[in-house]
Amino acid sequence: MFPDGDGKVWEASSTARVIPPARPRKLAKVPFVELADGRLQGVVSSGSDIGRVYVSSVATRGYSFACSTNNNRPCGGARGSFCKHIQALITEAVLQYGAERVARYLRVEVDAAAGAPAIITTMTATRPAQADGTAAAPVFSRFLRHLGYLELVADTTPLPEMQWFPPTGAAA
Amino acid sequence: MVSTDRGGGLMRADLLAEPVPGLDEALAVVEAFDRTLIGGLLRPQPTQAAALTELAAAVAGTPLASLVAEAVEKAAVGAASEDHLLALAAARTALLGAIHDALTTRVDEATGRGRAGQPAAKPGAFEAVNLLAAARAWLADLARAGWQGIDHDLVSGAGQVVSAMLPDPALRRPATLLDGFAAELAACCPGAALERFPVRRWADLWSRAMMLTHPGAGGSPAMEAVTGRLLPLGVDLHEHATAVQAQVHAVFEPADGSSPRLVRASVSAPKPDTVVGVGVWQLLRPHMSLPAAAGDGRSMHLTDMPITAEGDLIWSDAHARLGEPADAFATARVALPGAGAGAIAPLDRHPAVIAVPVFLEDYAVQRDDGRLAFTVAGQRLPVDADRIPSAGPLTPDAVATSSACIGLLRWDAGSFRVQPLAVETVVKKKTVAIHAGAWAGGTADKPAVKAEQAATEAVRVLRERAGKLLRT
Ligand SMILES: [Zn+2]
Repeated sequence: MFPDGDGKVWEASSTARVIPPARPRKLAKVPFVELADGRLQGVVSSGSDIGRVYVSSVATRGYSFACSTNNNRPCGGARGSFCKHIQALITEAVLQYGAERVARYLRVEVDAAAGAPAIITTMTATRPAQADGTAAAPVFSRFLRHLGYLELVADTTPLPEMQWFPPTGAAA
Repeated sequence: MVSTDRGGGLMRADLLAEPVPGLDEALAVVEAFDRTLIGGLLRPQPTQAAALTELAAAVAGTPLASLVAEAVEKAAVGAASEDHLLALAAARTALLGAIHDALTTRVDEATGRGRAGQPAAKPGAFEAVNLLAAARAWLADLARAGWQGIDHDLVSGAGQVVSAMLPDPALRRPATLLDGFAAELAACCPGAALERFPVRRWADLWSRAMMLTHPGAGGSPAMEAVTGRLLPLGVDLHEHATAVQAQVHAVFEPADGSSPRLVRASVSAPKPDTVVGVGVWQLLRPHMSLPAAAGDGRSMHLTDMPITAEGDLIWSDAHARLGEPADAFATARVALPGAGAGAIAPLDRHPAVIAVPVFLEDYAVQRDDGRLAFTVAGQRLPVDADRIPSAGPLTPDAVATSSACIGLLRWDAGSFRVQPLAVETVVKKKTVAIHAGAWAGGTADKPAVKAEQAATEAVRVLRERAGKLLRT
């Protein structure tokens, strides 16, 4: 969580900062990554086919991993260990959320300064198992939901509730 | 030089530092209730039951009394229904409403400003009752589990409700609130591993969401149409992971010669969480020309623009055209002191909603430990530099060297503070104005241009994906 000088003030503040803002990153390779549902999960573009994406995930518990296309074909690279899609997913998660938050979420004990490669090495060293494919459908629907935000219309009726959400000024 | 009498529009900062009678007692009741939500109301401990009893006692003299007394009796033994939990949220809301009123009276005294009375409240439309009921059921589960009890299964329950609500403009308020709240909770799961909790904040968000699940709670504001000149003061930006809102504060001078009014115009948009910082302006720009006009230092002429009694313009570019240049600092010095404030909607009676435009000069700046404060007429007024967006050229450093400031007077965590919207500062022996919202219409600032282009590219990539995947 956000560091601050005075815990009492933070607890008594209506606008206490709870999560640091996401950092902007290029989305072409990994259009979607999130820390949710007990997994680091997301969607990775296929290098060869513009109409295809890989749905990839790693569980926070035991690091069991899964990767398949949006048409439910298993990824050939994800046998035995993390495929290049899962590695790209972790790398982009570190860009978006910072190594410290990703490492804490995955309960990986590494020096945050070492970044994504150290996180990946530490996880693969535990010889994680391949997960069943049940995560793919919910992860893909989370991605579609995420895309749906761009389809929603803007509005000029005030949202007083947004007073509780000051701008994310600390973004890098 | 502006004189120090009230006619000059200067703020009586001394009034802001004086204790507000009854405030500490009311806040103590709120805080005790808020702490009951840490452990949750499934199996209340004696301290939690005591806090609930205090809450009931605090509203004993109000129309809520019997409703809350019954709710507290049930909640104290872990048997609160959704309606009982709503009654608890209402009691907390009423208490903070009273605190808000006392603070607002103080603000109006300090600024010497008159305020319009609230027209009789009309309930809003009774829409989408099923979705509101689903939201309430989730909020009730949350209150029972407590912040220590949150896990991914519980928190993800909000997702479906939010997705169903977001496309309906009538449900945008509860949907946006629930979405931002659930994202925070999700990032903090499991609650059992948390060392500390944003106690006031989450209780605020929970109570407000609970109130908004009551059909019609948002109210239906009384509207009129106004014609005249709009003089922008500054732009306030709000943002959570999947929503952004820009709110322009301005002085409106009616063409019929009636008294000038303090008004706001808002534009908001849902967004993907990867569009942040300077990138958010492009989501808002096509829907309201005002932030760009304000950023460029221009006035606007309004013709039959709808406005609520609260002073919220319901903006449509069809009712507005660009006017002559209007320096915000001239507006703040000349027009702001005489502008009357709007009424306050019943649900907006909460200290966190206080955001009153003020003009400050002749202050000294302190900076200790990185925290900024102005000394205004001998009184210390903290500066809320955290609310300055990265999406603009205004920085805490510019505030630290400023000689005049247009800001929003706010109250949080027990004290008043000022959020800078714009400052005058001396650069190379010349006085220049720096506005937080200056980049609303675009900018030539190189890093900002790059950041905006990156956001444009991010949106393009996502739209391309959406085009391929959402319609197949
Ligand atoms: Zn793969």
